[in-house]
Amino acid sequence: MALLQIQEPGGKQAKPLHRRAVGIDLGTTNSLVAASCGTGVETLPDSTGQHLLPSVVHYAKGKPPLVGGEAKALLVDDPLNTIASVKRLLGKSLSELKAKQDYLPFEFDEARADGAPAILTEAGSKDVVQISADILGALVARAEASLKGALEGAVITVPAYFNDAQRQQTKDAAQLAGLNVLRLLNEPTAAAVAYGLDSNDQGNVVVFDLGGGTFDVSLLSLKNGVFEVLATGGDTSLGGDDIDHAIAEWIAAQLQEPAGVAVPSMAKLRQLANAAKHELSDKTQATILINQFSALLEESTLKQLTADMIRRTITSCRRVLRDAGLTVAEIDNIVMVGGSTRMPLVRDAVAEFFGKAPLTDIDPDKVVAIGAGIQADMLIGNKSPDSFLLLDVNPLSLGIETMGELVEKIIPRNTTIPVAKAQEFTTFKDGQTVMSLHVVQGERELVSDCRSLARFELRDIPSMVAGAAKIRVSFQVDADGLLSVSAEELSTGKKAEIQVKPSYGLESSVIEEMLQDSQSHAKIDMEARSIKEAQLEATQLLDAIANALLVDGNLLSPEEADSLAESIKALETTMTTGSSVQIHAATEELNQVSSEFAAKRMDLHIANALRGESIDAMEKSTD
Amino acid sequence: MAISISSTAAAHVAEQLADRGHGIGIRVGVKTTGCSGMAYVLEFVDKLEVGDEIFEEQGVKIIVDPKSLVYIDGTEMDFVKHGVNEGFEFKNPNAKGECGCGESFSI
Repeated sequence: MALLQIQEPGGKQAKPLHRRAVGIDLGTTNSLVAASCGTGVETLPDSTGQHLLPSVVHYAKGKPPLVGGEAKALLVDDPLNTIASVKRLLGKSLSELKAKQDYLPFEFDEARADGAPAILTEAGSKDVVQISADILGALVARAEASLKGALEGAVITVPAYFNDAQRQQTKDAAQLAGLNVLRLLNEPTAAAVAYGLDSNDQGNVVVFDLGGGTFDVSLLSLKNGVFEVLATGGDTSLGGDDIDHAIAEWIAAQLQEPAGVAVPSMAKLRQLANAAKHELSDKTQATILINQFSALLEESTLKQLTADMIRRTITSCRRVLRDAGLTVAEIDNIVMVGGSTRMPLVRDAVAEFFGKAPLTDIDPDKVVAIGAGIQADMLIGNKSPDSFLLLDVNPLSLGIETMGELVEKIIPRNTTIPVAKAQEFTTFKDGQTVMSLHVVQGERELVSDCRSLARFELRDIPSMVAGAAKIRVSFQVDADGLLSVSAEELSTGKKAEIQVKPSYGLESSVIEEMLQDSQSHAKIDMEARSIKEAQLEATQLLDAIANALLVDGNLLSPEEADSLAESIKALETTMTTGSSVQIHAATEELNQVSSEFAAKRMDLHIANALRGESIDAMEKSTD
Repeated sequence: MAISISSTAAAHVAEQLADRGHGIGIRVGVKTTGCSGMAYVLEFVDKLEVGDEIFEEQGVKIIVDPKSLVYIDGTEMDFVKHGVNEGFEFKNPNAKGECGCGESFSI
């Protein structure tokens, strides 16, 4: 029977059960967790009111890992067992990291067979997935205490440029922490979602993310509520840490000038530098005190120290715009992310480059987590009680029918949704003005073996020779699995579109069956496809020759005509019975035989075109 | 005459009542609708009506109006998950037929 929910008296819809889902910003320097708390999505503080959890883990013998501020405090005294910025190590091999040994003062576990970086600590060898999982675990514990119950799912953000290995390790870490990952969300997309920019119809958004350890700039294009990453850029080794480092070196230099002052450890210097930098966010100078020595850091000095780094961020912005083929004027919004964007020097440089003020209303440290939290809330079903079917990937490939009843897949199965993809197609016949689009779903190569979803037509295509028209077919699947397909003729902008819900009426058993079918028929399908393709090629050649014979058949000698007719017949027979190789051979044969004919026709037509024309007239006609 | 409830269903009712913050129990009943004649009613109860029967099972109050009771006497209420969908299910010994979608039933 249908499953019932308890209703409000009088038939009103009961408030849907709130399901616990969180958004997690797993950052290089700091991590956060956000969830919906009645009025909106907010980041969750720990018991002492801190929202930011430093992404630092300390391992001690026989004790559970210590995560966050307490671990960070041990960075100076116990650097070997205290691991910070583990995100930088994700998806990298040990040999890749060796070059940075001075920056990462750990002892790596050389004994590991797989070459994956693992750090030797008092509590044993810890690999990057484990360390990331320990950070996630601390956030989960915080969220579960705050939401009073187990989490049902989480959206975790990753940089837009993260490759598959890095994304997979992030997912592995989440799994290790016992989290159900609803989706990995690109950090810039999360930031744009936090500002509600996804509720706009369309627009271009630049997300400028200057965090602790990394600088990322992403250009997102929004169409119908779906963000597409047009271009990304940045610098994986540029961030607040580097600014701290520059200030720390400056302090060290100041100390060395008057003899006798012992230079403290680099970690201690960085702590001082960081404090001075924060002070300069709303003051023009900061005093640094070490023992009896004091140094005065002026805003102008900071500007000098950071000028090169800020210039690099702007260069990245320029490059991203160029990659996407957009100008500064075409950018609708700039979203600022990351604690370092609090620096007035950074904000000013961005505003100057884009010619408009960036969005800074939401705390730049929290904005990504908030966006992820909004997305998690939506995906778990708290936002739309009507749609209980949530797909985070499309279960079967979506595509369109092309000539010869073949399927061209546009969105392959298991693509995370929402997603938008486009491909260009062209006309098959000369003067073709209508294109019929048949949207299908499935893994098989032939249309008849796939599920038909919808058909529509694009009309009024300007008459052109076959292959000249450019028709862009875009597929877009939104978070609810709703597919919209549009076709646009690029020279006229003529457009047609249709919407379908591909998952509608599909049981998981049916999906399973379709997948198994495609696997067991893979070979047959491939052969069928290559035969169809060969047949198509043959048909096109036969059509062309038939047309030519009709017009210029008299050019051929009787022997030539006979030999041509023979080859045509041979191809026609092979076409219906032969293998793809045989059809290809017969097509090639006919091509050879007819080449003489083609040459004669060309001579004739050129001669005709030139006959009786003066040079002047020719020049005019080409004007 | 009685209605019973599984422990899973009782836990969900209790949780939803607690989430809602008020209400004395849930009402189970029938109304005429659907393609097979009769449909179940399942709602929170803030106020008792005259003639209501109250069954207390597993710490949850199930309230049934006398007219409905004849149709659903002996029904067992359960909470189940079917794939991603979850909700309450009634096992009604009186129901002779159900419509295809299971929204309604006939006696």
